[in-house]
Amino acid sequence: MRPAGAGALAETRDLVTNFYTFEGVVHALNGVSVVIRRGETYGLVGESGCGKSVTVRSLMRIVQAPGRIDSGAILLFLNDSDQGAGIEILERTETYMQSIRGSDISMIFQEPGAALNPVLSVRDQVGESFRLHRMEQMIDETLAGLEESRRGMRSGSPRRLVRALQGALLRAESRGFKRFAAAVSRIDAELAQLESRDGAAARIRREALNYARDRARPRGGASAVARRIPLLRRYRRPLDATIRRHVVELLRSLGIPNPANVAERYPHELSGGMQQRIVIAMALACHPTLLVADEPTSNLDVTIQAQIVELIKDLKRSTISSVLFITHDLGLVAEVCDRVTVMYAGDVSETAAVAELFARPLHPYTQGLLASVPKVDQREELSMIPGAVPNLIRPPEGCRFHPRCPRRMEVCSREKPPAVEHLPDHWVACHLYPPAVRKAAGGPT
Amino acid sequence: MKGRTMETSTDRRLSAAHPRLKELLFTLRRFLKNPLSVIGLSLVVIFGIIALLAPVLAPPKYPDPFRIPHTGFRIEPSPPSAAHPLGTMQQQYDMLYGLIWGTRSAFRIGVFVVAANLLIGIILGVLAGYFGGAWDEIIMRITDIFFAIPYLVMAMALVVAIGRGLKAVTIVLIITGWPSYTRVLRSDILVTRGRDFIQAARASGASHLRIMINHILPNAMYSVLILASLNIGTTILTAAALSFLGLGSETGTADWGQIISLCRNWIVGAPGNRFAYWYVVFIPGFVISLFVLGWNLMGDAVRDIFDPRMRRR
Repeated sequence: MRPAGAGALAETRDLVTNFYTFEGVVHALNGVSVVIRRGETYGLVGESGCGKSVTVRSLMRIVQAPGRIDSGAILLFLNDSDQGAGIEILERTETYMQSIRGSDISMIFQEPGAALNPVLSVRDQVGESFRLHRMEQMIDETLAGLEESRRGMRSGSPRRLVRALQGALLRAESRGFKRFAAAVSRIDAELAQLESRDGAAARIRREALNYARDRARPRGGASAVARRIPLLRRYRRPLDATIRRHVVELLRSLGIPNPANVAERYPHELSGGMQQRIVIAMALACHPTLLVADEPTSNLDVTIQAQIVELIKDLKRSTISSVLFITHDLGLVAEVCDRVTVMYAGDVSETAAVAELFARPLHPYTQGLLASVPKVDQREELSMIPGAVPNLIRPPEGCRFHPRCPRRMEVCSREKPPAVEHLPDHWVACHLYPPAVRKAAGGPT
Repeated sequence: MKGRTMETSTDRRLSAAHPRLKELLFTLRRFLKNPLSVIGLSLVVIFGIIALLAPVLAPPKYPDPFRIPHTGFRIEPSPPSAAHPLGTMQQQYDMLYGLIWGTRSAFRIGVFVVAANLLIGIILGVLAGYFGGAWDEIIMRITDIFFAIPYLVMAMALVVAIGRGLKAVTIVLIITGWPSYTRVLRSDILVTRGRDFIQAARASGASHLRIMINHILPNAMYSVLILASLNIGTTILTAAALSFLGLGSETGTADWGQIISLCRNWIVGAPGNRFAYWYVVFIPGFVISLFVLGWNLMGDAVRDIFDPRMRRR
């Protein structure tokens, strides 16, 4: 595999994810290599069960049991400092992943009604993103606000005393966060240095650092005690107010009418489109570098669908760097994406820029997919790909598409085709396009 | 600036209190509309008052207030009289005193045992339901063992093994009571765990502990709470049954099961007059029934209030 080109944001290399079910091992991903570049909207298309969702869940390391990532690599290039080798997230700890999820990479789920916790109000739910990843900033803002309101009060007045106490406890908490952040960045810097090095000493040191990072927690001194005492716990109320203000601002920026009112509601009191906006708000709270949208519009009606797509496009322009868009709707892909990968049964079939893919589909599966899209002036019957998606417990040997392929050859049932850059920046994995055509070998970029 | 922050803070308090207050009022109205729930609640409250005021209603004669005073050792119970408003039991133990102080024992056993059951049930249910795997297998097989043995027989055997007394009964009821809570909670957690919003919480970086406490438990707790409120009555009945069988407290302790046990020889009455000692059967039986009925009606009410399927009807 050649290293990812400049500007890559996330990359998977030969990712293999299997599900160990009672019926047998489901080979969900069969060596998936995709690259999401900085600043692009990247589409992942394919039929249901082709491994789109498993790919992104692997990318965030939230594959549900009994699934497991068995081999391959996932690299993140979140900021300039790790632009070189990238962060190999399969080697990082769960705590590290928790700090990335929702902050650098976040996800919009398919069904908005199910992706919201029914017992939490919108405010609590959206606010959780701030609480998880932006606590330090929230506390500092609250402290500034407290300071300001305290200055206007008479000295020695009881309310001023209360403010002083609140401030002292919040400051203790803030100090804890600062110490924690400093410790973590120190550990991360050293880890990044060690990443490229091999050898027993480096490995032991790496493990020790990972362990230390896992154990590190923000310690708030007196505030840690106060938080557990019923009446004293109320010192955090100004903090709640700050978080609420941010939530309302965020909701307003997403075009939600009357955000202050919506913030106090529960998910079941909102419409589907509104719920999806709340889900998007949760994902966007911390300005992620990569937004993963897992079929964000498939359960919404067409009008709302258009609104949500428009919203994501706008947001991409203004706040997020890259979007990974999962869908089975080719029309939507053409509308939204810059580059697109077609997946089939856990394999990557073809990767290209959207216009290129629609103009010159190379893989027989892509050709079949495009041929089966109804067109406005269509007279004859809709063409379709014969057969059905294979059972992934016993997938076909060689190219997984060969039993349904109209142009299958003898080699197809024996060997898995390598990904080949057949045209400039147009990668295809099919024996019709042997690697000799171009000299570049390796995965798609 | 000062004015503005003040305004937003009161604004916030109002709008935050508003839906909750509305919800509370709705719940209360719902509760008060159902006459059965009101009866249940009043019964429990009345018993609660009796238990609280026990030293006033029946001043103790001995340093240990749970010892029922008795005048003389005559075996035959005597009917209600001025000195003993509800009559006396075998060996002239005062019925009224026993019943009043017995209320305290009943509350102690019922509430304490169920609270302990709930605690154990929740901890083990969470372990089994959320972490799954080997934990799940081990805990569920243990509950299977408990369910395989008849409840009362197991309780009796354990009480005999530990040694008689009210304390032993309490311990045994705690040991034998938790499996049903664990099972119910586990199944609810399994259902909740598979829902999308748990995945969403994972994807937004929440830790396992946070997911458990903030997202899963609030969605999975209701059935267990309802089960607990319904089980208080049953627990007290079981404790009384154990005492009745002679496995509970010592003779003369203010405990309802013990009172019935003291009276059991007189249930059939005298030859020729089968109802000669009606008061030793009827009065304690009636009190226990009322108490259990009160808790069960309350449990039903709690279910009506908490269960979202019943709630908005």
